[in-house]
Formats: sequence, C-alpha cells, structure tokens
Amino acid sequence: MARIFAYIVHKGGVVDDSAVELAAAARKIDAAASPTAILTGWGADLDAACNALSASYAEVWKLANEALAYPNAELVRKALVKVLPSGSIVLLPHQHFGMDLAPGLSIKMKSTFVSDVVDIAGVEGADLKVVRQEFGGQVSAHVRCDLSSGAVVTVRPGAFKSLEGAVVSGVGGVIDKSSDIGALTAGRRYLETVTAEAGDVDITRYNVLVSIGRGIQEKENVAIAQELADALGAAVSCSRPVVDAKWMEKSRQVGSSGKTVKPKVYLACGISGSFQHLAGIKGSPFLIAINKNPKAPIFQVADVGIVDDLLEFLPELSNRVREMRTVTAK
Amino acid sequence: MEILVCVRRVPDTSENEIQLNSAGNDIERDELVYSINEPDNYAVEEALQIVARVGGNVTVATVGSEDDEEVLRREMAMGANHGVMISDEAFSGSDGRGIATILKGFVEKGHYDLILTGVQAEDGGAQVGGMLAALLDYPFASLVNSIEVLDGGKLTISREIEGGNREMNEIDLPCVLSIQTGINEPRYVGMRGIRQVASIPIPTFGASALGLDPGTVGRVAVRVKRVDYFVAALGKGAEILHGSREENIDKVLELVAAKGGLK
Ligand SMILES: Cc1cc2nc3c(=O)[nH]c(=O)nc-3n(C[C@H](O)[C@H](O)[C@H](O)COP(=O)(O)OP(=O)(O)OC[C@H]3O[C@@H](n4cnc5c(N)ncnc54)[C@H](O)[C@@H]3O)c2cc1C
Repeated sequence: MARIFAYIVHKGGVVDDSAVELAAAARKIDAAASPTAILTGWGADLDAACNALSASYAEVWKLANEALAYPNAELVRKALVKVLPSGSIVLLPHQHFGMDLAPGLSIKMKSTFVSDVVDIAGVEGADLKVVRQEFGGQVSAHVRCDLSSGAVVTVRPGAFKSLEGAVVSGVGGVIDKSSDIGALTAGRRYLETVTAEAGDVDITRYNVLVSIGRGIQEKENVAIAQELADALGAAVSCSRPVVDAKWMEKSRQVGSSGKTVKPKVYLACGISGSFQHLAGIKGSPFLIAINKNPKAPIFQVADVGIVDDLLEFLPELSNRVREMRTVTAK
Repeated sequence: MEILVCVRRVPDTSENEIQLNSAGNDIERDELVYSINEPDNYAVEEALQIVARVGGNVTVATVGSEDDEEVLRREMAMGANHGVMISDEAFSGSDGRGIATILKGFVEKGHYDLILTGVQAEDGGAQVGGMLAALLDYPFASLVNSIEVLDGGKLTISREIEGGNREMNEIDLPCVLSIQTGINEPRYVGMRGIRQVASIPIPTFGASALGLDPGTVGRVAVRVKRVDYFVAALGKGAEILHGSREENIDKVLELVAAKGGLK
C-alpha cells in the first residue's frame, strides 16, 4: 500500500477541522495506515499547528519557509513536490485552498486526481474505489482511481467524521523537512485579504430564517418570501444562485462562501441542498424543506418536507400566519 | 488580449429530475435538458468585458462532439469572436487529465494571453483548469471573482475564499483562471442572436491536427473511471407531509411554534 499523506490546513496556529476528517479518510483507505500529516507555513503559527497534531497523527512533516507564511497554492505545490515520495496518496480538503492546489499537484506528482470524495468504498487491486456525488447530489457514483502512480484526493468537508480509536500516540513526532524545499518563486503573488461587507440585515441574529434558492425563479418573487418573513418576525436568507443573479445582497447568503447561521428554525424554500449551502447551517435547527422535486437532496437532511410549488405555498402560509396573529390579538 | 475560454455542455440539474436507468449503471439521459455549464457562461462574459476594455479577441472552445456545437453557437451569439470544436474518436471517454491534455495541445497551436474555464462542471470536480495550467507551466488561480488588467503583462485578481472574503493576488500572463459564478451579469442571448451566428463556420481540430499521441488521451489513458450510479441515503430523511396544502400549512405553523419560532 502506498504511503498516505494528509495536507493540513491551519491558520493562526489553529488546525482546521479537516485534519481529523482526513485521518478518518486515510484509515478508510487502509485500516492499517498510519497517515503522515504534512504542513507548510512559517514561524510560531506553524510550530503550534504541528504540535497540536500529535494527538491525531503519528508523524508530522513540517515544511517551514518564509515564502509559505501565507498559503499560496503555487508555492505550496512546489514545496510539496520536492518532499513527497512519488507514488504517494495525498489527501486534501475540498475547499477553496484544496481546489486551488490539488489539480496541479496531481500533474506535477504524475499521479491520479479525484476530487470531492464523500466516501471510500475500498481498495480493489491497484484501484481505489471512492464515492462521489453528481448532479447536485441527486445521485452518487462509484469511481475507480488507478493508484499505480499514486493519487491526489480531495475530500468533502464534513463527509468523514473522526473515527473511534483514531487517536494515536505521537511516536514519530514532528520531522523538519524544510531544508529539502529550496528556493521558491511563483507567477502568482498574494497581496491581501479583503473581508466581506456587512449588509443591511444580519441574518445570523434571527431565530427563524425563510431561506430561498434558485426555485424563487425571479427577483420579483423575493417579495413573497419577505412577506412570510415579516409575518413570522423572521429574516430572508438565500442560497448562492440568488446572490449570483443579484436578487439579494451577498450578506444574505448562507453557506461555505457566505454566512454561517444558527437559527432555531430554517425554512429552505426552493433550495436543493448542496453541501456548500448546508455547510452554513449550524446548531441543528429544525429544518423544513419546501421543494417541488421529491428527489431533491434537501429532503434527506431536512426534518420535515413538503413537496409543493413554493410560489403558491408561501403566500398561503403568510396569509395563515396573519390570520392567526389577528385572532390572537383579539 | 487574446483570450481562450474552455466551455462545456452539461445537463442542467436545476431543470432535471435525475433518474437512474433500469440497469443502474447510468442515469436516464433521454429527457435531460442540456445547457452551457453555468460558471463557463460567466467566464465567457468576463472575457468579453475584458476585451471591451483592453481590446483583443475571445475564442470559445469545447472538447466534445456535434451535439455540443450548440453551446459554442450560444457563446458566439454572446459576442465571442471564434468558436472551436475539439473533437476526435480518440478523445472519447477521456478523464479530467485527458481533457486537460487535449486542451494543452490546442493552446500550444495558438497564442493566448489568458485562458479561462468555469470553476467546475456539474459532474466534474474543479479539475481541468488547474491541470491545464500545470501541464502548460502557467500560473493558475481558482474561484476567481474579479479581474483587473494591469500594465506589463499582469492581472490583479480576487479569489473567493471562506465566508465570502476575497483573497487578492497579482498574477503573471499568460495564466489560467477558473471563474466563479456571480463575477458579472452574463448578457442575455435570444434566439435571434443565435440565428445570426448560425452560418459562421466552426473549425474542428482532431488528435493529429493537435499533434497528440492517442495513447495519452481518451479511454486508453483513463485513470479515473465511474463504474456505476446509485442513490445514497445521506441523512435520516425528512418526514414528508402528505396532507392537503391547508393541512400542511397548519402543520408547519404548529412545528414552527413548537420549536420556538413563532413569537
Ligand atoms: C466553491 C463554491 C462555494 C459555494 N458556496 C456556496 C454557498 O456559500 N452557499 C450556497 O448556497 N451555495 C454555494 N455554492 C453553490 C452550490 O454548489 C449550489 O450550486 C447552490 O447551493 C445551489 O443553490 P440552490 O439550491 O438554490 O439551486 P439549485 O440546486 O438549482 O436548486 C433549486 C431547487 O429549487 C427547486 N425548485 C424550483 N422551482 C421551484 C418551485 N416553484 N417550488 C419549489 N421548489 C422549486 C428545484 O427542485 C431545486 O431543488 C458554492 C459552490 C462552489 C463551487
């Protein structure tokens, strides 16, 4: 079995949640595997992250270089290619950084690339069999990947939970590989990070969110959701396509590239339930899904589902809320 | 600036209820509605806007077959100057690396300052752009949501990172960028626009024209292969309300109130 490496994302000395998930994925590839964590960075932050990993990884490879203080994927790739043994299996999280680094890394490692893996079905001969989702999560597929020259695999965040007994004792400790990197230059240079603008409404402060997706169909229909939100004392949030179409401000977007919300009740209206969207819903709210497609993946994760046309359902729901309010007010 | 945009025709999942075929090895494709991969359309719009500012040409190319010509025509109707079909029996069944290898062959036959792809395709996985860049040894950036052209063969770009924050970078040309949705507002294309470009010839390039070794592309070179489709249970599954609309509404309100929502 090829040696397995997990590329660890970290920031400010704190290791990302994906570190334990990658360890879990590695053990699903090979139950006997003792994956090696590999980290790039610089200074005290890197050292803190390396030390924090000794509970979940038997061996930690540290690649320190001032040029790697900010994780520029091109520089990180060049450093990794210098130190990773050919034929290795390299695991990365399927988020913005993994997406930036992994495809090019697979080319330079001359290895197989498979992305956004949600499960590992096992190793069959020279192949790794993984599970991916297609068509917005409506169907899953088994995919075979040739391991004979190694592989770069990106793993969907949240798909692999840390396994029982996954904690290992730090036998190997931190191994400093920095001197193997050499000089690093890139055609792309990091300048700065610009933080997202705060919007008119802070959706993170509401107990109830009426959240709309592409199923709202046009800008004019946003008012239907706003009416319901007004009646309920809720706010309107949305999925990404609604923001892309400029029907709502970016500050209303829930998901990995938007806001993280923790309401008590989340009404997902015309939202299919992509993992990037669900990543923004925390604290296990009561999730009610309204969708006209009975096969929409949102129904697999919702508490209650209604198969209906939201353009008809929501106005009637608003009327009913207003009726109730007037009755109780009397 | 000479810009190449790599585009693809995909089933439109927001329009389609995906069903497995009876054998379970594929989805039912007969009734699917196809369209341009959404991020690719944003990439073409971005290319057109750049050319409007600094001059140049936009070429759209797809690796595919006859059926895929409609997406090239659509993007030409948007304003792309040239459409190119990259097609060969030897290309069929290619995996992501195969597609990137084919595109590399095409890029090397021309001269492009900037190559754009969409961030990902429906059934892909955000792979071709990054692979193509590495094969060409060009700089690459994924999830790009703004582009500004600087003097001296450089761009300032932003990448979308977590929480909607933006990572600003300077990048040297030539480079490959994968474009994220929402970067612009793609212009509308009507039937009339498509008719106007209907007779413009679209050249086809095959393996020999691109000087590609058939052993490096197509089915023979595949390292990643889908073996079957299935429907997985992701979570515990929702309790589906089967009542009339009125009954469902009452139930929803009861639940919202019970969960502390109605105050
Ligand atoms: C790097 C990256 C980051 C991303 N970040 C985010 C993020 O932060 N947040 C996010 O939301 N997405 C994000 N996405 C996009 C994500 O992958 C999905 O494309 C998106 O969440 C889909 O939104 P949707 O569910 O509204 O649309 P779709 O998937 O198109 O679903 C629309 C749904 O509406 C239903 N519908 C249509 N009409 C009606 C009707 N009349 N009545 C009832 N139902 C109807 C349909 O059946 C369908 O299920 C990201 C993608 C990438 C690549």
